[in-house]
Amino acid sequence: MSVTLAHKGSSRSTDRLLLLVLLPVALISLGPVVRLLLEGVGVGSGLTTAHLTSVLTQDSTRTALLHSLVTAAGGTVISVLVGASFAFLVALTDVRAKAALVFCLMVPMMIPPQITALAWMQVTGPSSVLLKMLGLAPPLGSPQPLHSPAGIILLLGLQHASLVFLTLRAGLRMLPAELVEAARMSGAGPWRVWSQIVLPLSLPALIAGAAMAFVTALGNFGIPAMLGIPARYSTLPTLIYQRLTGLGPSVLSEVAVLSLLIAAVAILGVLASRLMLRRGGYGLVGFSGTPLALSLGRARAPVEVALWLFLAAILVLPLAALLATSLIPAYGVPLRLDTVTAKAWIEALFTQPVTRRAYANSLFLALAAALTLMAFSLPLAWLMERRPTVLSRALDALIDLPYALPGVVLSIACILAFMRVPFTELSLYGTIWIILLAYLARFFVVMLRPIQSSLAQLDPAMEEAAASVGAHLITRLRAIVLPLAAPSAAAGAILVFLTAVNELTVSALLWSSGTETLGVVIFNLEDSGETVMASALAMSIVCLIVALMAAVQAGARHFPKGIIPWQS
Amino acid sequence: MAELRFSNLSKQFEGSARPALAAVDASIASGEFIALLGPSGCGKTTLLRLTAGFEKPSAGRISLGGEVMADETHFVPAEAREIGIVFQSYALWPHKTVAQNVSFPLEVRRVSRAERDRRVAEALALTGLRDFAARMPAQLSGGQRQRVALARCLVFEPRAMLLDEPLANLDLALRSSMQEVFRAFHRRIGATMLYVTHDQGEALALADRIAVMESGRIRQFAAPEVLYREPADCFVAGFVGDGAVIPVRATGESMPDGTIIEVLGQRHAVRARCAAPSHVSIRPENVVIRDSGPLRGRVVGQTYLGGRFRLQVELGGETLVAYATRRARLGEALGLSIEDAWAFHDPESETLMARALAHA
Ligand SMILES: Nc1ncnc2c1ncn2[C@@H]1O[C@H](COP(=O)(O)OP(=O)(O)OP(=O)(O)O)[C@@H](O)[C@H]1O
Ligand SMILES: [Mg+2]
Repeated sequence: MSVTLAHKGSSRSTDRLLLLVLLPVALISLGPVVRLLLEGVGVGSGLTTAHLTSVLTQDSTRTALLHSLVTAAGGTVISVLVGASFAFLVALTDVRAKAALVFCLMVPMMIPPQITALAWMQVTGPSSVLLKMLGLAPPLGSPQPLHSPAGIILLLGLQHASLVFLTLRAGLRMLPAELVEAARMSGAGPWRVWSQIVLPLSLPALIAGAAMAFVTALGNFGIPAMLGIPARYSTLPTLIYQRLTGLGPSVLSEVAVLSLLIAAVAILGVLASRLMLRRGGYGLVGFSGTPLALSLGRARAPVEVALWLFLAAILVLPLAALLATSLIPAYGVPLRLDTVTAKAWIEALFTQPVTRRAYANSLFLALAAALTLMAFSLPLAWLMERRPTVLSRALDALIDLPYALPGVVLSIACILAFMRVPFTELSLYGTIWIILLAYLARFFVVMLRPIQSSLAQLDPAMEEAAASVGAHLITRLRAIVLPLAAPSAAAGAILVFLTAVNELTVSALLWSSGTETLGVVIFNLEDSGETVMASALAMSIVCLIVALMAAVQAGARHFPKGIIPWQS
Repeated sequence: MAELRFSNLSKQFEGSARPALAAVDASIASGEFIALLGPSGCGKTTLLRLTAGFEKPSAGRISLGGEVMADETHFVPAEAREIGIVFQSYALWPHKTVAQNVSFPLEVRRVSRAERDRRVAEALALTGLRDFAARMPAQLSGGQRQRVALARCLVFEPRAMLLDEPLANLDLALRSSMQEVFRAFHRRIGATMLYVTHDQGEALALADRIAVMESGRIRQFAAPEVLYREPADCFVAGFVGDGAVIPVRATGESMPDGTIIEVLGQRHAVRARCAAPSHVSIRPENVVIRDSGPLRGRVVGQTYLGGRFRLQVELGGETLVAYATRRARLGEALGLSIEDAWAFHDPESETLMARALAHA
């Protein structure tokens, strides 16, 4: 009893830190989700399940659910095919230039989906500038082939292939090299080693990657919005968007149910994969670490050519088409030496107030999110690592939720939570702050995990040494922990910035006139037929993203292992 | 420099069955150089971390210079104790240069710039690091890092210095030269030092007094020569120094400074402080090889130590250790006599006996 008293007395500064850091984080990141759950059971309107039943029995809901399942499942199949092929080839064989291959495969993941969709639309279809240049354009009036479920599936698949790739490659790296060596010693050739040893053992990682691709595809808004809305093919996220933008906040309870439906499907997907994993798990014994390099023999050169051609097709082709479209004076004009112009670029970057505002908004939001999250994550990660409590462990387990849940779910949750800020008359709806809060909730984990991993590697004796020479908690955090965790904090901040600056799903539901983000503006420009300007804006964002990725890549030496997602 | 006192100090970690420290009582005079010696897991580091203020005691009290550092109601956090610690891993801050590492304690204390520079230079000179001031820790050898850790600790003139196996990561040659550094350094600044080691040579060489620990208790706390000549129990006798520990039968006959015991089938006069000893500690130098000796033993092993041989001699089911100047043959019979051995009463011998009786 007396001992606990002594504890309380001395760790007062830690307790204060706990209050200052843990509670706001828990409130902002988990509050909205809780609010949404409450809405689902009708707390706002007197504990009824009326909304629940009425929404769930509507035909539009069922169609959208079906479409969501079809596109997400189809996309997952493509993601698995592409991501797994790359992972097996890169992790197991002796193909050359692996780092460059991986970087190029990661770019589609970092490019926002609506830009992916926009770019691909410039590759196909009757008014493709690129096809016209090559004289391959289909006749005018023929339909855009991507405005279809197949188009959505294809792009979802390509967009999320890197998720499967990363998970599977991480799994393959854990594979004890001895297992493969034992099989080769028994006389098995590379093909047999792969099909009978590697594939069965890496199945858990493959399933986990597929589940991630499925959940992410389910929540994707940019691609079904750009490709599906023109074709009147709604998925759950686009249905929510159309309801909310069409009818306004009055349908909030209704869309809350829809977003809970998505969340439920996502959680079911994850649970199903867990179930499969539990059945198929093997205890792997042995040392991993020796990278496998099965020789492809004479097939190496053709395989390499195929990989690079594929990357060219999914990366260079759409971006070239996007660039071509951004350089013409008006949609429909072919790109020739005498028509090439930077008019759209100038218009998009300097003249149009709306695009300039969007740039300012997105940069502000991304920067504010990155800095705020950094400020909170450092002490929070420290608390979780050094002074774990029941509360901090719970937060640690739950903080993935806002990031893992589909973006529309979080948006609806934020609208519900901040439409009228609890205990005040304040409404954040329609201001830029609601977007910022949503970003904080969503990207917290992106910032927290790198810092956590670097603090876990930090010898606690570093801080004890500082304490023994007289440094107080705050001094220790500032002078010892902060500088040592700074590289990972920087990496985390850049990741948050990258993800936030071209975010669409969350802001699509939260923006209002004056608080447009880049993602929203590209979507709106394309929607209103300003394809050329949308392309120029999109292209400028792609340049920004690739430059930031390259900057992170260049600083890779300074970051602890496993922080940069496209490296590990 | 102040007196450090542990009273009834206990530490029970959550989730572990045995206490890491069990009712430790000890008092260390100001300026003393104390070694904590004991097998792995006996609680040396725990005692050090409690003293430094990184852990809270489960019971008992730590006081420094009469001031309570930790007890049931008070707990002075590490940063307010003014106790320096040198970690086994050195724990140098990798983002600071040698000079910045050393000056950090002074920055924390808001010492003025000029004063700081002076004291850092002094500490670096004292540890022979003057030429390395601008280096980063990663650019130093193990011994140099060790000295930076030492300089960082002494620069703020702590009330006591704790060193946790500071030489464990160094090679043998460097160890003995660093031992020299520590000794000179202790002479020079006269700080109270608490030095953890499991190398008894190091402890015997450096310390004014040694606390021998075993499973969370201090078994004996005495000067090195006392530990060696007059071990308090079987554990200390076996752990410190070479030789044999053999159960004896007391005769009850006393002598000046000793008693008569029966061991190896003979009566021997031994040094003792109690009338009824249970064991005798026979060091190699207590065994004299002499043809006229009353005991007969057989050589069962020998090692050349350089300058002399260490013989293992078996007699009556026990193995004694003796030194010889010439090589012996394995199996050779030797005449021995035992002189000046130390007999003591091991408190656990009774419980062992009682347990044996209970089982019989
Ligand atoms: N944080 C902890 N939690 C639980 N048990 C601990 C903790 N730290 C130490 N112990 C236990 O307390 C006992 C004493 O540990 P301590 O580190 O003090 O040993 P030591 O004498 O320093 O050993 P070594 O010579 O190996 O460093 C051990 O049994 C150890 O397992
Ligand atoms: Mg230890």
